[in-house]
Amino acid sequence: MAAGHAILAPMLHRFANPARFSRISRAILPWVAAATAILFAIGLYLALVAAPPDYQQGETVRIMYVHVPAAWMSLSVYALVALASAVALIWRHPLADLVAKSASPLGAAFTFIALVTGSLWGKPMWGAWWVWDARLTSMLILFFLYLGHIALLNAFDDPQRGNRAAAILALLGVVNLPIIKFSVDWWNTLHQPASVFRMGGPSIDPAMLRPLLVMALAFLGYFVCLLLIGVRADLAAARRRAQQLERAG
Amino acid sequence: MTRKRQRLVLVGVAMLLLGGAAALVLNAFSDSLVFFYSPSDLAAKDVPVGRVVRVGGLVEEGSVTRGSDGATVHFRITDLARTVSVTYAGVLPDLFREGQGVVAEGKLDAGGDFFADSVLAKHDETYMPPEVAEALRKQGTWRGAEAAEPSP
Repeated sequence: MAAGHAILAPMLHRFANPARFSRISRAILPWVAAATAILFAIGLYLALVAAPPDYQQGETVRIMYVHVPAAWMSLSVYALVALASAVALIWRHPLADLVAKSASPLGAAFTFIALVTGSLWGKPMWGAWWVWDARLTSMLILFFLYLGHIALLNAFDDPQRGNRAAAILALLGVVNLPIIKFSVDWWNTLHQPASVFRMGGPSIDPAMLRPLLVMALAFLGYFVCLLLIGVRADLAAARRRAQQLERAG
Repeated sequence: MTRKRQRLVLVGVAMLLLGGAAALVLNAFSDSLVFFYSPSDLAAKDVPVGRVVRVGGLVEEGSVTRGSDGATVHFRITDLARTVSVTYAGVLPDLFREGQGVVAEGKLDAGGDFFADSVLAKHDETYMPPEVAEALRKQGTWRGAEAAEPSP
């Protein structure tokens, strides 16, 4: 733990400097946005036109190319929110609070997309819009954790206290991440086990795995764009508040 | 110990305790966290007659028969160790076929037969184009939905 601290802390100091963040993010934002647009164009073509139908599910399998990247993002974004919350709680970096604050609604949206597309997929394949199995229920809990996090951020007049309370909730909710991931292995569920990140390699044909990975990268790029824009906007707002205070004082 | 180090240790210890508590709780409730019982579970659990439960497994090959009214279906669910006879009247999901994973919700009668109110299809984690499935079938190396998953 001590060694980790010694390495991590200076690195965080380097990147958590708001001025440096502004500079770097402004430089990379157009590139990430362009890459995202290209990835979406290629990914959607591959997924909706070029990819073959499934031997069991037919054309319905194309829902996967939106559902699975959204679900991956919902978990990854939560991990990021929790990491940023830990950094904010322990090292009190203001930038970490801003990252958690901007990432949380995006994660909630990804979770919502995963739940809705999963429901649309469940009806034709399983025969039910919704079942209370461990995978679906833990994903619904993830959605509520996001909503709770957003609500706590805005629940106090003093934003510092809101950030602190929300960060603690975000850390508590980390328990849910392994539960979601391994729910399909630990318990009988209607949801099938993992197809990509599993022991023994993907059980999904390369012709379908490729479009899926392109779509996943597109989703990731989209998230990075929106996160950078969100954090930059919050930084600009903070700067303006400081200027106004200066002028008033 | 600096304040930062103190907070780091505090957060770390809290997370460990939380993880441990969650693991204990989930372990204790694992029986009610399963979505369905396998036929073997059902036999071992001694589920009371008339209690609504779900039983899941594969539709046994050659076990599907239609009733004379055209709506009632009889089939057997197997986990390759034990089987349960199921009677169901209603719409079956498109994926329902012999060898496919299914989850039936309903009640056991005194004779050990299962009367389902709903039947859901369960597919496995394998995805491939139809041509690949056909080629595998021809080669005799098929290990798709029909054989992949004796439900736990």
